[in-house]
Amino acid sequence: MDKVKDGDFGIITTTLENAMEWGRSNSLWPLTFGLACCAIEMMAMQGANYDVARFGSEIFRNSPRQSDLMIVAGTVTKKMAPRVKRLYDEMPFPKYVIAMGVCVIQGGPYVKGYSVVLGVDKVIPVDVYVPGCPPTPEALIFGITTLQKRIRGESDR
Amino acid sequence: MSDLMQLNMGPQHPSMHGVLRLKVKVEGEIIREIEPVIGYLHRNAEKLCEMTYYCDNLVYFDRMDYVASMNMEAGYLEAAEKLLGIPPPERAVYIRTIMNELSRIASHLVWAGAFGLDLGMLTPFFYCFVEREKILRIFTESCGSRQETNYFSIGGVYQDITPEIVDHIKTFLSEFPRKLEDIYNLFAKNDVFLSRTRGIGYLDPEIAIQYGVTGPMLRASGVPYDVRKAEPYLLYDKVDFDIPISKKGDSLARFSVRFEEIRQSIRIIKQIIDKIPEGPFFNPKAKKPMMIRLRGDGEVYARTESSKGEFGVYIVGDGGVKPYRVHVRSPTFKNLSVLPELAKNQMIADLIAISGSIDLVFGEIDR
Repeated sequence: MDKVKDGDFGIITTTLENAMEWGRSNSLWPLTFGLACCAIEMMAMQGANYDVARFGSEIFRNSPRQSDLMIVAGTVTKKMAPRVKRLYDEMPFPKYVIAMGVCVIQGGPYVKGYSVVLGVDKVIPVDVYVPGCPPTPEALIFGITTLQKRIRGESDR
Repeated sequence: MSDLMQLNMGPQHPSMHGVLRLKVKVEGEIIREIEPVIGYLHRNAEKLCEMTYYCDNLVYFDRMDYVASMNMEAGYLEAAEKLLGIPPPERAVYIRTIMNELSRIASHLVWAGAFGLDLGMLTPFFYCFVEREKILRIFTESCGSRQETNYFSIGGVYQDITPEIVDHIKTFLSEFPRKLEDIYNLFAKNDVFLSRTRGIGYLDPEIAIQYGVTGPMLRASGVPYDVRKAEPYLLYDKVDFDIPISKKGDSLARFSVRFEEIRQSIRIIKQIIDKIPEGPFFNPKAKKPMMIRLRGDGEVYARTESSKGEFGVYIVGDGGVKPYRVHVRSPTFKNLSVLPELAKNQMIADLIAISGSIDLVFGEIDR
């Protein structure tokens, strides 16, 4: 500990992958992509009460080319699904997807409907599912931290 | 006409408040034609209402105008209770009126925050959402849910409100007006905001009436029409409030009308918060096990004033436990349809200041 105080602790040995994953997980840039009700809770998560900036993903980017996290917030309809796919394809690698709300996971209250895609994972691959209708901002923050652990290769628990 | 260039805005656009697509035809910087394309959030709520019991349909109404879900519930119940013949008791009517107005305040705050974001102001967004969270906390205490509350139910409300909740509402009402003025000044004393909204998107009252525009949009054009006054429901004939109007009809007028409406909502809640009568909060005819056996026959139309405008619900019952047809007159759909008139011959940079001032919520437009 004396060495720390002296400032003589200047070298950390790690692998390049670990350093990259550490950096990546703490600077997720989500895409501004609100579809329905859950988007309002996603905005609340950005707000001062929940403040997702503490977890390093406060910079919502408007262009898919600048973002690496897509939070699908709200029901994906059959008309919207091709656009969701296209936006996902436009994002650069590495890219991650959080499915927010039961509508995105399996259809939710609209599961009997004729125009709703029953789960966005039929269109794009999903990393983390956040259930709820709509999920609270706390739940979404938990989803983001879970994703960060996954990026770092840690266990979910 | 061959000089016109077609621009495509949306469905993913930072300022589209959801999934609107606009086909904009521009000549240089000037918008000549504009065509909104909707349907990206069509969730067939009306059709699903036909498959569900009368008491369960509230779920779909909550998710229509998801920023003011209590307004939607009040609208549906106004029609459904008339059809089923189960009036709510006095206490429930008081609770509903209070929650309805709180929901209206929350909706306008979301709008103000998003409108600020559209015009490049990040600060008001945080102020608005901090205040909105206080309202959502009251909702959470009374029914357990933040946004899609499902609080009102046929024949009353789902849970009684406790004296603590009444205290919290009073605390909110005493603190909120000062904060509201702070938020208002963030907009109204900002030169950039004023110059971007003043005189932009003028809506003529004649055109507004022809298109069926209602709500703050219509009142900002100088037409004093409010369903709460024209055809009072809940407690609105017993409370004292004004209809805020503005004669200017531009984006700035729509902004100030909405803020004045928040002040009137506070006034309404202050008048009735101390007068909530004791008694049951639920009509005994609609007890929980009985609720799914409620049968409706005939047809009924009821209209209410949601935060966006006149919200009408039309229900046809065929004597069964599920409605035969449910139709919704969506205020935002009518308000959106006037956008081509508003944006015609305006600069393309002003389009966001115009479309943001309409207060678009896509759950309600596409249903």
